[in-house]
Amino acid sequence: MAIVVKRPKLSIFEKMYLPAIGKGLLITLSHAIKILRGKKKVTMQYPEEKWDANMPEHYRGAPALVKDEQGRERCVSCQLCEFICPPRAIKIVPGEIPSDDPWAKVEKRPKEFDIDMIRCIYCGMCEEVCPEQAIYLRKDYAITGLSREEMVHDKERLYEIGGVREGLVNKWNELK
Amino acid sequence: MLEFFSQLTGLIEPTIKIVGLVFLVILPMVAYSVYAERRFSAILQDRVGPNRVGIPFTKVSLAGLGQPMADGLKFILKEDFTPDHVRKVYYWLAPALTMVPALLTCAVLPFGGYLKLPFVDDPFKLVIADLDVGILFVFAIASLGVYGIVLAGWASNSKYPFLGGVRSSSQMISYEISLGLSVIPILMIYGDLNLSNIVQQQHEQGWALLPITLDGFKPVVSMRDLLLLIPLFISFIIFVTSLFAETNRLPFDLPECETELVAGYHTEYSSMKFALFFLGEYAAMIIGSGFAVTLFLGGWSLPFGWGTNGEDSLFWGLVNVGTFFTKVIAFILFFIWVRWSIPRFRYDQLMRLGWVFFFEIALVNILLTAAILMLFRQG
Repeated sequence: MAIVVKRPKLSIFEKMYLPAIGKGLLITLSHAIKILRGKKKVTMQYPEEKWDANMPEHYRGAPALVKDEQGRERCVSCQLCEFICPPRAIKIVPGEIPSDDPWAKVEKRPKEFDIDMIRCIYCGMCEEVCPEQAIYLRKDYAITGLSREEMVHDKERLYEIGGVREGLVNKWNELK
Repeated sequence: MLEFFSQLTGLIEPTIKIVGLVFLVILPMVAYSVYAERRFSAILQDRVGPNRVGIPFTKVSLAGLGQPMADGLKFILKEDFTPDHVRKVYYWLAPALTMVPALLTCAVLPFGGYLKLPFVDDPFKLVIADLDVGILFVFAIASLGVYGIVLAGWASNSKYPFLGGVRSSSQMISYEISLGLSVIPILMIYGDLNLSNIVQQQHEQGWALLPITLDGFKPVVSMRDLLLLIPLFISFIIFVTSLFAETNRLPFDLPECETELVAGYHTEYSSMKFALFFLGEYAAMIIGSGFAVTLFLGGWSLPFGWGTNGEDSLFWGLVNVGTFFTKVIAFILFFIWVRWSIPRFRYDQLMRLGWVFFFEIALVNILLTAAILMLFRQG
């Protein structure tokens, strides 16, 4: 079935075309004036201006390891995050905690903990799966590097990004 | 031998004018009108535009004024690819043929009145070639511009460039007529083809579209000039619209028409050859604005007959040059403003506008001008 589209009836002003052109020109000019007077701002000048202050709480940036308030590594290298990671970005080499360490009862901590930020898809599965709440997605989003090696975050770098998070899981603390 | 040397010294003045106007003014203006286009279109569309490139290897950005240099360098360094299926001779000839006519026409463009230099007796006339057939020369040369585009379309030996070339040729030929006819009222009123003389008359009697001179603070307007404003205004609209079509600018940019024809006639071109097409369009736009300003908006003269033509003072000579380029730049901004406001015409609408409306209106306009001139004829 063919649909017959009715042509709109144009008034004499619209048929003359020039007034319509004038109207169009005025619309673009009004935009130009608004921008030039600084009344309207659309674009953010990225490296100089950043959106960081307005980032939502649930923002998923670079995953990082955190320490607790006593400076202990939260991670017990259970490797759950390594197994769940969809792009297999995480690589953990577990290590034993020596018996003379005050936290010897935790038994394990990661010897090496690498996250390949070229592979990471910022899905947050590692954060979700971690039983120790040791890995978190922070708000760092500008992860850059000049080589592939530089893009692999090792343990040191991960703790540097992660910092300290207090008052989460306290099961390793002394009983009071 | 002596005669030879005197001829040689006679060449110095035009050479300085050509180098000064073309290489120091028009070509940089071409480069920077691309920048102006990008910045101004961005402002019209609530964007920012290129504002980063400044002095290389520093953090000085100068609001992006380095962008044209970077773009030029990029075009020179890009691979200049010539496809196998093209006709090489014409393919190489076409870009030059679009750029050259655009630059040639500026020979008769009076970009100032006179320049009286200190220690030199005769004031210099600020036009490269003071031809008595000025406007005819312009039309003769400007219509050669279509050859570049048609050759590019044809020599590329491929579908889209061909369509672009065909569109361009019929469009430019159609609008050349209304362009020529719309200038005739001006020629009738001033009775001269020499562009310098036309501007001189506008300087004395007020611009064609602003025929007011000031006697002290009292405006002087004659009835004849007021009546002539009607045909002149119609002429102006037809002239400017045809100029858009002649320079392939947006409401009429069907030869390029990136949504239908990839890139139109320069689809197969790359590197500096493409840049020549690109810059040729802008050069044509600048020179076209120059002629619109010269014919309708008083050329280098200030409004209301202020100032002198610079024959006796260096100051007014320089003011006149400044006035001319200010007007041209304002006109280029108008070109850009229109481009980013009005959508493209359909091809049959374009042809209809040219042949059915502008052609007839321009003809009637000539009769109207003649009637008004008859009415106020002296003696």
